[in-house]
Amino acid sequence: MDITRFISTHRKLLLVGFLLLILIFIATFPLYTRASDVRVLTIILIYVVLAVSWAMFSGTTGYMSLAPAAFFGLGIYTMALLQEALPFPVIIVIGSLISFAFALLVGLVTLRLRGIYFTIFTFGLVIFMTEIVQYLETRLYNRHGWDITPIDNVTILYIMLGLVVVTVLAIYLIRRSRYGLAQLSIGGNEEAAEHMGINTTRTKVLTFAVSSTFMGAAGVVIAPVLIYVNANIAFSPFYSFMPILMAIFGGMGQLSGPIIGAVIFGYLEMRLRSELFNHFMLGFGIIMVAVILFLPNGIVGLVPMLQSKLGGLMARLRKGEQGEQHANT
Amino acid sequence: MPILEGQGVTKYFGGLAAVSNVDFHVDQGEILGLIGPNGAGKTTLFNLISAAFPISSGEIRFKGRKISGLKPHKICRMGIARTFQEIKVFANMPVLQNVLVGAFFGTPTRVSAGDAAREVSQALEFVGLSAMSATPIKDLTLGNQKRVEVARALATKPELLLLDELMAGLNPAEVSEAMELVTKIRDTGITIFMVEHVMKAIMGICGRIIVLHHGEKITEGTPREITGNEQVIEIYLGEGAHAGS
Repeated sequence: MDITRFISTHRKLLLVGFLLLILIFIATFPLYTRASDVRVLTIILIYVVLAVSWAMFSGTTGYMSLAPAAFFGLGIYTMALLQEALPFPVIIVIGSLISFAFALLVGLVTLRLRGIYFTIFTFGLVIFMTEIVQYLETRLYNRHGWDITPIDNVTILYIMLGLVVVTVLAIYLIRRSRYGLAQLSIGGNEEAAEHMGINTTRTKVLTFAVSSTFMGAAGVVIAPVLIYVNANIAFSPFYSFMPILMAIFGGMGQLSGPIIGAVIFGYLEMRLRSELFNHFMLGFGIIMVAVILFLPNGIVGLVPMLQSKLGGLMARLRKGEQGEQHANT
Repeated sequence: MPILEGQGVTKYFGGLAAVSNVDFHVDQGEILGLIGPNGAGKTTLFNLISAAFPISSGEIRFKGRKISGLKPHKICRMGIARTFQEIKVFANMPVLQNVLVGAFFGTPTRVSAGDAAREVSQALEFVGLSAMSATPIKDLTLGNQKRVEVARALATKPELLLLDELMAGLNPAEVSEAMELVTKIRDTGITIFMVEHVMKAIMGICGRIIVLHHGEKITEGTPREITGNEQVIEIYLGEGAHAGS
């Protein structure tokens, strides 16, 4: 049997099977591991949501957003403020909607800015959120930070898994739809997109808002794991930079890129952080430089590269054999 | 009734009038040429028609309806498509998807995926690029990238097509092919308004020509009238003399 042919003809089936295996693995994960491992996996899943939804907007339209932390933090704070008033699933929905609405507003104001100006603004937004939330909570509640009632780790893992499935599926469907094409055309050439009948402003603002929705939801779900939050924790720029590093590391051209990047980086972060404390960023820096230098399409880009290299090697070997035969005759 | 009309069309950049008080009309079914030395305001006029910039004063009407003040995507959906002087393809997509964007978004009503796919294959066949539909656009020659722009514009089902220097940078064989293509497009019932520097092309296929100089309309007429016009000769020869000095 020709294995490569089998793989290419049954590609879809194999992919679905593979995804099911991963789902089963994550679902049964708590049965045979320690509580700390469950926590690591939960945080990796958070990064998957953040990286995939960041790439959904920035990877396609080419507008580099540093705002994930703003929407993620908004989700965390929604949970902090509403935890006693409403059931958890309702708060997830509300956190998502608040992020959506806030991103819509921010998008309408800022998506006229192009290139570096937009990026700087989105970074400013994260700082602004930290300051304004700090100011408001001292003024209104006279306090600094909030305790969040923890929820069972395994429950959180399952909810997080659900969020990952919803996010990835939604973004997969959007990518395949005509709106996905519209997003991509803005990244390709915004001016041409406008002249081809695409309402670019609406497309950008909506995409930005949809991607922020998932970030907000992720914030609500992670809040109980954090136990205590304040503005500096919730709106840490770290949550803006990590998804970007992960998406670039994994490769933004395909949906699988940011996922793979998030899994690898998320795992590395957990391991390196416990062993090297805050020096782990140094290791990240070195990895990032290497990836940008040698793998412009990220880890996912490695596959076709290796294929062509291997193909070339095989062809050369075959040619070599023929050459030898010629030499013998 | 003309398909496109402009009255007193003016555009200032800062204090400079790039296009100044230009009246023009494009008749249904014709190939109208727009010529003039560099900086005459030809591309600016196209940008005003397709609303890449807002107009400073004056009015543009398409099929009797005022279009100045509308957004570019609205104008495209009304039936005015364009190509660009410097190529503006979607560099992150293969040829087929480039044209698909036009088919999906450029029409006034929602197009089904099947109809869009048919529209794309028709447009690609029309410009002679069917064999390259899966090729990444960056791998195409300049001439072929320009063809993709034409196919993309055709996929929006325009009534009026603005061609901005379609022939610039093409070799003589490609220029002849492009001239044929333009005539063929007109024969399908699409009106054409084209900016061109390649005189052989403009004289060969345009029924009528407008001449711009320093943002103002100098004259208009048939190719024969234009080549005999003293002002036009002076502009072009004068420029040549400067270039020589």
